[in-house]
Amino acid sequence: MSSELAALTDVLDVRPGENAHLVLQRATVLDPVAEVDGVHDVVVRDGRIAELAAPGAAETDGAEVIEAEGLHAFPAFFDPHVHLRTPGHEHKEDVETGTRSAAAGGYCGVLAMANTDPSVSTAADISALREQARAGASVPVGFLATVTKDMLGEELTEMVELRDAGALGFSDDGLPIRSARVMRRALQYQRLCGGNIALHEEDPELSGDGAMHEGTVSAALGLAGVPSVSESTMVARDAALAAYEEARIHVQHLSAKESVAIVRAAKAAGVQVSAEASPHHLCLTDEEVRSLDPHRFKMNPPLRHESDRQALIEGLRDGTVECIATDHAPHQAEEKDVPFEQAAMGVTGLETAFAALHTELVLPGVIDLGLLVERLAGGAAPFGIALPTLAPGAEANVALCDLGAEWTVGEDGYESRSQNSWCAGRTLTGRVLMTVAAGRVAFRLRAFSLGVAS
Amino acid sequence: MRHLLSIEQLSREEIEAILDRAESFAEVGRRDIKKVPTLRGRTVVSLFYEASTRTSSSFELAAKRLSADLVAVKATGSSVEKGESLKDTVATLSAYDPAAIVIRHPYAGAAQMVAGWTSAAVVNAGDGKHEHPSQALLDVYTLRRRLGTLEGKRIWIVGDVLHSRVARSNLIAFQRMGAEVTVCGPPTLIPRGIEELGCTVSHSLDGIEAAEVVYALRLQHERMAETFIPSLREYAATFQIDTRRLNPRQLLMHPGPVNRGVELSGAAIDSPQSLIAEQVAAGLVVRMAILYELLAGAERPAPTAGPSAGGDPSPTPIGQPA
Repeated sequence: MSSELAALTDVLDVRPGENAHLVLQRATVLDPVAEVDGVHDVVVRDGRIAELAAPGAAETDGAEVIEAEGLHAFPAFFDPHVHLRTPGHEHKEDVETGTRSAAAGGYCGVLAMANTDPSVSTAADISALREQARAGASVPVGFLATVTKDMLGEELTEMVELRDAGALGFSDDGLPIRSARVMRRALQYQRLCGGNIALHEEDPELSGDGAMHEGTVSAALGLAGVPSVSESTMVARDAALAAYEEARIHVQHLSAKESVAIVRAAKAAGVQVSAEASPHHLCLTDEEVRSLDPHRFKMNPPLRHESDRQALIEGLRDGTVECIATDHAPHQAEEKDVPFEQAAMGVTGLETAFAALHTELVLPGVIDLGLLVERLAGGAAPFGIALPTLAPGAEANVALCDLGAEWTVGEDGYESRSQNSWCAGRTLTGRVLMTVAAGRVAFRLRAFSLGVAS
Repeated sequence: MRHLLSIEQLSREEIEAILDRAESFAEVGRRDIKKVPTLRGRTVVSLFYEASTRTSSSFELAAKRLSADLVAVKATGSSVEKGESLKDTVATLSAYDPAAIVIRHPYAGAAQMVAGWTSAAVVNAGDGKHEHPSQALLDVYTLRRRLGTLEGKRIWIVGDVLHSRVARSNLIAFQRMGAEVTVCGPPTLIPRGIEELGCTVSHSLDGIEAAEVVYALRLQHERMAETFIPSLREYAATFQIDTRRLNPRQLLMHPGPVNRGVELSGAAIDSPQSLIAEQVAAGLVVRMAILYELLAGAERPAPTAGPSAGGDPSPTPIGQPA
């Protein structure tokens, strides 16, 4: 597979807008890609990073000047795993609200999953979604197509046509590909069509009717458990298949320590495998489920044990887990206002990912800020997209954040159409004030007043 | 105590207060007129989403013995069958301004959710495989009457622990009262990690002779969508409590309904060591005590009168015939 990385807007679609012309004065710039860490004036001209000037030295003629002293400018984030719910479940989310939610979280790009109703299984589906994105997406959005027709796990979709129509990759996310034979065919066919194959790893035979992680807490609550081996055995199977076919896979929402170990070993053996972990799996454990609150704590894969959380964090550190993906999964209140076992699975995460991980992992010193910023954008590369950067000449993709701002999640509502945030009611430290995506201002926090150059 | 949602929420002192109250109702039960006016003018709703004989009948009779007005709703024959959500059903029933809602539901946490949707006191009469606190209280009551105390007593809970809310509530309650608990059953029917709740796990009946109490669980075929055991015959051969395995000084309990010849032999059920009938009798007085503690107990704050309510009648001390 080609190692050439495409520019964000060459392969993703976004609503046209006015190119930004901004100066972020005296911002603390932290860019792991360009290896910049220091105070600069960030000059954005005609939608591109024009220069990183000495503090206070940038020409401001005609530009909107933002006093950013004490604020941080990062390359904006990229999420390879969100659910925009269209077509079919627009009461939960759509392209417009989902990308607004992404913009509010500091993202400059997202990849939408294909488990909609109907699923995204034909070239016409991809074309229609791309049209919607060009009409209403606040940040660039790409679409994956399903691996198998209607996600039935039986026949491959027309993967070549789907790629030609612009599918960024393939995934039956929401469901595993049960059959090893079908999985192998998809990996063989990848040689022809390209595109990464993103995998929801779960053995339905082992998951059964499980509603949470199998362990002490499930034993205490009397909830059927989803054992860690339900995930790890499938990760092992697919890593072996990818090795055999010399194919490329992306393991979605890693949750179990056994899975982390398998991905680590596969990478060491030269298998082309990438992996993501979600903010909720990095911050929470199955202890939360004692509350039996499905709004915040029911998702698939389930929240696991503290030792699993620690393994995911170690994976972030050593690069086994190269990216953080929210698995933003909006649901309406009536789908969650039911007993835990009956509730829909999934939580939203785009608007809180940075703030939550900053609060839970960076402030206590578990990981450093640079690593968080790197992993929050790391999901671009596995799908052939260049990492956002603040290097002069690059398209402007900037997240401007106040690391000291405290806010209570949900107090001011959400940009998402749904409210099932796992952070609802939490007080977080660190907030995205402004997002520039694909050279355009995609989001400004209402409370963040901006001065325009005189 | 605002609601009774789990045994987990109760301290040993709170458990004992309910049992002491139940003792006084047992005394009332020996009179000719078994009814007391405590809850006169107040409404108790019983809302059962699952089949039940003992629990529903004893809660309903308990409410009537306390002179409450009773509304009994079963999932079958109600608007639940028309697809009404639990939340909407509770909102509908709450419009009658009930003092208590007793709920049984096939899913864990249902009672707790209901408590968030209504101003009534909520009693969990069984939520999925999670908890069945009134059963645990009546079992502790039954044992306390027989043994005086559970302190230091060894209790074996035998059978299908995986699917049993009774096992979970009793495990907590027995330990909280000072007993040592062993859970026993085939490995496929013992939840992974349960030993961290403080009990010992055994996969055979070896050593059961040391127990003062053997608590057999119902093998819940109706909850088993798949095969957990090779056959009922093999299960009975390995785990059935019969008069040969039960020694004469051991007490035998079972929450009912019993699968005769599966988890218990007929002779064991009918033996003098069996407390099964006493458990059922205890169910009534313990459930009266639960309703009393929630609705008329000393710790309960005075009910706030609604805009149209004429004020709740003050609780009448028990012992006065209606």
